[in-house]
Amino acid sequence: MSPRGGRFARFPHHVLVFLAPATIIYTMFMVYPLLDSIRLSLYNTDGTGAFHFTGLTNYIALMTDPEWSNAFWNALKNNFIFFCIHMLVQNPIGIMLAALLSLPKLTGRTTYRTLIFMPTMLSVVIIGFIWQLILSPLWGVSESLLSFIGLTDWFQPWLGQEGTALLTLSLISVWQFVGIPMMLVYAAMLNIPEDLTEGAIIDGATHWEIFWHIKLPLILPTIAMISILTFVANFNAFDLIYSVKGALAGPNFSTDIMGTLFYRTFFGFQLQLGNPTMGATVATMMFGVILVGVLFYLFVLQRKLRRYAL
Amino acid sequence: MSKTRQTINSTAIHAILLSYMLLALWPIFLTIINSFKSRKAIFRDPMGLPGVDSFSLKGFEKVLLRSDFEIYFMNSIIVTIATLALVLLLGTMAAWALSEYRFKGNKWLGLYLAVGIMIPIRLGSVSLLQLIVNMNLANTLTALVLVYIAQSLPLAIFILSEFMQQIPQDLKEAARCDGVSEYTIFFKVILPLTRPAIATVGVFTLVPVWNDLWFPLILAPSDKTQTITLGVQQFIGQYVTDWNAVLASLTLAIVPILIIYILLSRHLIRGITAGAVK
Repeated sequence: MSPRGGRFARFPHHVLVFLAPATIIYTMFMVYPLLDSIRLSLYNTDGTGAFHFTGLTNYIALMTDPEWSNAFWNALKNNFIFFCIHMLVQNPIGIMLAALLSLPKLTGRTTYRTLIFMPTMLSVVIIGFIWQLILSPLWGVSESLLSFIGLTDWFQPWLGQEGTALLTLSLISVWQFVGIPMMLVYAAMLNIPEDLTEGAIIDGATHWEIFWHIKLPLILPTIAMISILTFVANFNAFDLIYSVKGALAGPNFSTDIMGTLFYRTFFGFQLQLGNPTMGATVATMMFGVILVGVLFYLFVLQRKLRRYAL
Repeated sequence: MSKTRQTINSTAIHAILLSYMLLALWPIFLTIINSFKSRKAIFRDPMGLPGVDSFSLKGFEKVLLRSDFEIYFMNSIIVTIATLALVLLLGTMAAWALSEYRFKGNKWLGLYLAVGIMIPIRLGSVSLLQLIVNMNLANTLTALVLVYIAQSLPLAIFILSEFMQQIPQDLKEAARCDGVSEYTIFFKVILPLTRPAIATVGVFTLVPVWNDLWFPLILAPSDKTQTITLGVQQFIGQYVTDWNAVLASLTLAIVPILIIYILLSRHLIRGITAGAVK
């Protein structure tokens, strides 16, 4: 059997050379740390730095011991709110913009697309600081803009109030990342065969009817994909909250999400010492949440939609 | 009748797109123009363009004087370029092996490497920090590059594998008939052919790496190894009340990305849309 073509040939040396570097780096710096973190979550450290196996004690503490559980459930709840706002605001706006951009005979399509996508390219840290300045009562830019449309009294320091801080931060994130669903949906819409829409136009359908009855059903798989991307990104978010509100995710933990809780637990803050094994426990819970989402997407959403699309 | 309706329609469409575009650009624009103004002008007339009497470079002077911005910038460039180059090389090699050679476990290895597309590497940070400390790589750019390669490889291999399948069979067979080694085929024929995929892989590698805050914060927070994203975050934390300096540091961080984006936007967007179709 020739060294290359054979179906069951053993690893010839060149295949090994091509595959080894990527596989080794990926295994060593991604797979191993992820698995080892799960292992660490089953341990505890004492003052001397030695590790003791304690089984699920950390998980029980995280979920039931008020010292941890209050913060945990609060962060999980806030993270779900953060995600829901993205699903309700970011993705519909992204789909709407994509639908407009993919209309036939639109002039300036490339310019709109390029410029609307621009904030997505910038660092979350930068975006966070920019909005912090804009919403700052000290500067008064937002106030004067609101007075321009007659809503002066409406202005409040939204980022500083317990009731509005999370919503405001979510909307800042939505503002930045709306470009991603827009691009992905736009790409999917370009793939819809033109005969389908042209036929409908000849039959006298409006653009709205075409969108609702033809395009939207066809892009459902893409909508499922942007939903899972949003889900994973949201449950892994950290940078925005940390830049704008710091590790304490104030006011009074009202903007605390899983990412900031993980950071605080792992590294400690103010008087509380960092706790690596508890940090690993929080990370494993995040892993679990993300895994459930990804599996739901792969085995439920994707299968159902594929059947539907065919 | 239908003609007028269409004009109204298209005006409305442009109005929506235009207003959204303004909403997307206005905060960035506002930051940049105000960074070139004196402190007084920033507060007196935030919306105004810098004029003769309000123009000031004081903020930039302060940033360059009080922080090692050049170092942060160089660190970011080194980390990003090194990551991108290695991801392209190692990713192409792996993608080529996976898509060209049939061997036992091929499918499983492909799947194994693809898992990382969806699972954020950040969740392994506790162990990763231990590993990096044990390897004596804490506070080095090498640590960042290694982690970023691991983070970027899964998607890069996925995209490059799709791309490999489009390389015509004749090209490879012709080279094989000449009896050259598999290494020569890869480096002389295949690697140069993947050039068009660089843009696609580039977007998905470059942008997250350049913008990342988490790993610089955890693995390399020392003064000498801060990247620009961490540097700006720390600088602003320290000088939060100095509006000139804050705005200038933001502008310094924004402008290079904007220039690269505008120069490459067509490739970048093609990369995203092409990658998405699959």
